[in-house]
Amino acid sequence: MEILIVLLSLGAFFCLYRALQGPSISDRVISVDIMSIIFTCITALMALRYNIAFLMDLAITLAILSFIGTLALGKYLEGRSLDD
Amino acid sequence: MINLLGWIFIVIGVCFALLGCLGLVRFPDLYNRMQAATKGVTLGACGLMFGIFLLKGFSVMGIKALVCALFILLTMPVAAHVLSRGSLFFGIKMWHKTELDKFGPDKVGKELIEKPDSEATDEKA
Repeated sequence: MEILIVLLSLGAFFCLYRALQGPSISDRVISVDIMSIIFTCITALMALRYNIAFLMDLAITLAILSFIGTLALGKYLEGRSLDD
Repeated sequence: MINLLGWIFIVIGVCFALLGCLGLVRFPDLYNRMQAATKGVTLGACGLMFGIFLLKGFSVMGIKALVCALFILLTMPVAAHVLSRGSLFFGIKMWHKTELDKFGPDKVGKELIEKPDSEATDEKA
């Protein structure tokens, strides 16, 4: 179980490398999005490990927040307004 | 038996998520990186949540894991599509070995495939 959490943290470090290094703004946005999905997986594994049910609520909230942020930045890059 | 199946799902999910993050580092182009990362990590996260659902059954944690898996499965491709379309109109270049650009310069208004000599200077830097 702890080995799985360490492997997911390694993936989050890969995403952090791309977010610091990335040549364009979309690289940074997509790597932060992927990183928050990885954090969702880590939170779900911690809920399974310590048997705490409300950590799963935290996982759902992280997924919703990353989706909304990526959607807003994508619409901003396209150059339209948000209500279109 | 169903415990073993759940653990197999969790391990497969972690492997797919790790390979997706490795693709985010190694691919040459924004669009290649985006398809590798979103496909791999979506399948990995859904497998992990489904494994937790198999382990926990119809308890509080299992139902929440199933809801989280469905949400990620529905929203991750939408977010990736919106971001890639936005960066296409924003004018981010493709890789210089890209052969087919079906969206084309006539819809976007500019040439998006990168010139090879600028890529060579990019690789040195």
